Amino acid sequence: MSKDIKIKKGLDIKLVGEAEKSVEQAIISNFCTIRPEDFHSVIPKLIAKEGATLKAGDVIFYDKSNEDVKFVSPVSGTVIEVLRGPKRRIDAVKIQADKPQSYKDFGKFNTSSDAKTTKAHLLASGCWPFIKQRPYDVIANPEKSPKSIFISGYATAPLTADLDFVLQGKEAELQAAVSALSKLTEGQVHIGVGSKNSPLANMSDATIHNVSGPHPAGNVGTHINRIDPVNKGEVVWTVNAQDLVVIGELLLTGKFNAERIVALAGSSVKKPRYFKTLIGSEVATMVYDNGVDKDGNDRIISGNVLSGKQLKPDGSLGYYDNVISVIPEGDDYELFGWNKPVFNKISTSRALTFSWLTPKKKFALNTNTNGEHRAFVVTGSYEKVFPLDMYPMQLLKACMYEDLDEMEALGMYEVAPEDFALTEFICVSKQPHQDIIRKGLDLMLKEIG
Amino acid sequence: MGLKSSLHNFRQKNKDKKWLPAFSAIHTFLFLPNETTHNGTHIKAADDLKRTMNTVIMAMVPCLIFGMYNAGYQHHLAFGDIQAATGGFLSSAFWTIDNLLVGFWKVIPLVIVSYGVGLAIEIFFAMKNSHEVEEGYLVTGMLVPLIVPIDTPLWMLAVAVAFGVVIGKEVFGGTGMNILNPALTIRAFLFFAYPTWMSGDKVWVHGAVERDQMIAAGENLDAISGETILGTLAQGKDVGYEVMDMFYGIIPGSVGETSTLLILLAGLFLIFTKIGSWRIMLSSAIGALVMGLIFNGVVSSGWITESSKFYGLMSTEFWHHLLIGGFAFGTVFMATDPVTASQTNKGKWIYGFLIGFISIMIRVFNPAYPEGVMLAILLMNVFAPTIDHYVVQGNVKKRMKRLKVKTA
Repeated sequence: MSKDIKIKKGLDIKLVGEAEKSVEQAIISNFCTIRPEDFHSVIPKLIAKEGATLKAGDVIFYDKSNEDVKFVSPVSGTVIEVLRGPKRRIDAVKIQADKPQSYKDFGKFNTSSDAKTTKAHLLASGCWPFIKQRPYDVIANPEKSPKSIFISGYATAPLTADLDFVLQGKEAELQAAVSALSKLTEGQVHIGVGSKNSPLANMSDATIHNVSGPHPAGNVGTHINRIDPVNKGEVVWTVNAQDLVVIGELLLTGKFNAERIVALAGSSVKKPRYFKTLIGSEVATMVYDNGVDKDGNDRIISGNVLSGKQLKPDGSLGYYDNVISVIPEGDDYELFGWNKPVFNKISTSRALTFSWLTPKKKFALNTNTNGEHRAFVVTGSYEKVFPLDMYPMQLLKACMYEDLDEMEALGMYEVAPEDFALTEFICVSKQPHQDIIRKGLDLMLKEIG
Repeated sequence: MGLKSSLHNFRQKNKDKKWLPAFSAIHTFLFLPNETTHNGTHIKAADDLKRTMNTVIMAMVPCLIFGMYNAGYQHHLAFGDIQAATGGFLSSAFWTIDNLLVGFWKVIPLVIVSYGVGLAIEIFFAMKNSHEVEEGYLVTGMLVPLIVPIDTPLWMLAVAVAFGVVIGKEVFGGTGMNILNPALTIRAFLFFAYPTWMSGDKVWVHGAVERDQMIAAGENLDAISGETILGTLAQGKDVGYEVMDMFYGIIPGSVGETSTLLILLAGLFLIFTKIGSWRIMLSSAIGALVMGLIFNGVVSSGWITESSKFYGLMSTEFWHHLLIGGFAFGTVFMATDPVTASQTNKGKWIYGFLIGFISIMIRVFNPAYPEGVMLAILLMNVFAPTIDHYVVQGNVKKRMKRLKVKTA
């Protein structure tokens, strides 16, 4: 069965530096860093203290509010440092990797097991954090059962890894993961694919949707809104396609193999391409040994340029990311930049900006905000790039004045910050939309739960 | 990098100073700031609020220049210095340096006072509340000189601007927070505080008031009458202007609002650049036409006789309403103000339609001051949030229904 999703509203941001479709083995990084901040709203309870030796798949910490949710090490090695922030908050756990890797054996999983066993297996093996839920865009609560599970096999954000390419040859793992997940919901597993060539296009135990249109057509939030929107009291789960491979491999072989094919992209990268690396590995070797100027003024981002996290050069690949974007910093002044004709930046208006004349041109954007933070003034522009059936500006304002009833009524249960990336991109008042939505979700999580 | 780095260093050195917003206003006028993104999107689109506002100002410049010529032309015509220009918009008797200079020396002081007083207040509030000077006033400051009579005394304008900016905007928290259109608040203040300067048949032609005072003082001169078309119609008199004169704008009126042609072009420019809302402009024109048709219908069905004081305006052909008075200007530049207009797309249709509809209604039923656009827009400014509320509730209800279907 196929139910297609076509959207018209949105914006494809075409950037210079798309990754070329060739995979290189990244120099194996000696250090792997796991940052609890990747797992929003999780308070970590540390198990692996400094000096502990781990196998790949051994527990590093678990969630204090739900001890069943465990977070495991992507590599085998020794914990060399636990970085702490204010109030002894754990900022990062740094592991020095062994040269030959050893894996904890979780045992080959019987894929015909029932929901309870499947759930227990995923929790015990540290695969649970790959499953997120809406509302609130946090790690799924294993005690609740979702009405459906969404997987997007189509990445439309600028400079993201091409999932068709990255997932090639992983059909067996993907199928194992999809079948296992399908047991956990009373509803269906919905997979959105961009083309017939997608390795996900022929999965059984799932409903496949052909997705087309500009970004955010590939965002899982768009699919949820079109297929099975979240109402009050309901829960849906989402899993990133590339994480299915890790889950699938665990089920098939018993190994927690955190290997991932990552795109290194962006206009600052001399030769953008794909790398095979591990979750949490240091990105410096990948970024510097292969094409970014060491003393260049660039920004390294784990994730895509719309919703990724800024990294320091010694930073590490985020838990959920499969792209490292490197773009130039824009911390310079531009003479009369606010009113002179603009040819080298993207704009949805035509106010002396000319990107509309060259819809196919690729741009090399930097991180300059192109203006200062202002109150909301312009109206009607967000709606043009926001395909969800809700009022984005009203929802943002409701979050800002913290009116829970209104947030609920306007559709807060359905959204994640990334759904507001495009409205944030085009915002003339340079408001931090994703941040506003994240804070709003956190408030709801705290007050309503 | 002389200027760039010295301005930057100056700013860094004085980071904590109270007066920094005043400096920043100049700094960011010259240079796009070096601010970079942090979390959220790492890249941003090219437009900022300054660019948006600047586009609106660009759209107004032709109206401003035309207003200068027209001011001079009306002045010379009324004083009998020149004959009425034949050939309309292309007439060489209209586009003379002499006309321009008379208008220039009257209009530029209005612009200077408007910006001077308004920006001074904006900067004061920016320093007081330590935020940046926001761009809203760039447009307001340009709108104000365009919607006042040419001979408005400068002190009056200064008082009105101060009132409008403080009461119309700053008390609500500044740009983006206000309920009423600031430029119209300024004009409304002028209208209610100094009514003799805002209506009648003297104020629209430069020099007419002055001569009136001279006549009153006993000098033997001809009085000048320069009333607007609306004024003429309200008194049930015949209009002495051709339709094309109204379209070109070679008629008495507020400085920038007479030329429907230039306003139409500005409107198209704003729609093309995606800065102005075409929904509001279109629906407002439709609203005005509908009301005009209703009045025409009343006249043609004989419910009203020529002796009625409403006859003149009611019998005006319905589409003439788009050409005369401040309707076109109000629709293109005032009703579309995104802060005070409806914010939802559906709401914009309703909001615009009602503005057009009510404008013509007030115009006809208020012969003492036959200009309804200002009051119609201010009225709808107040109702815009209500309209939005019901539009948004529609979406909310749809959501609630979804829930019931699921649980049933």
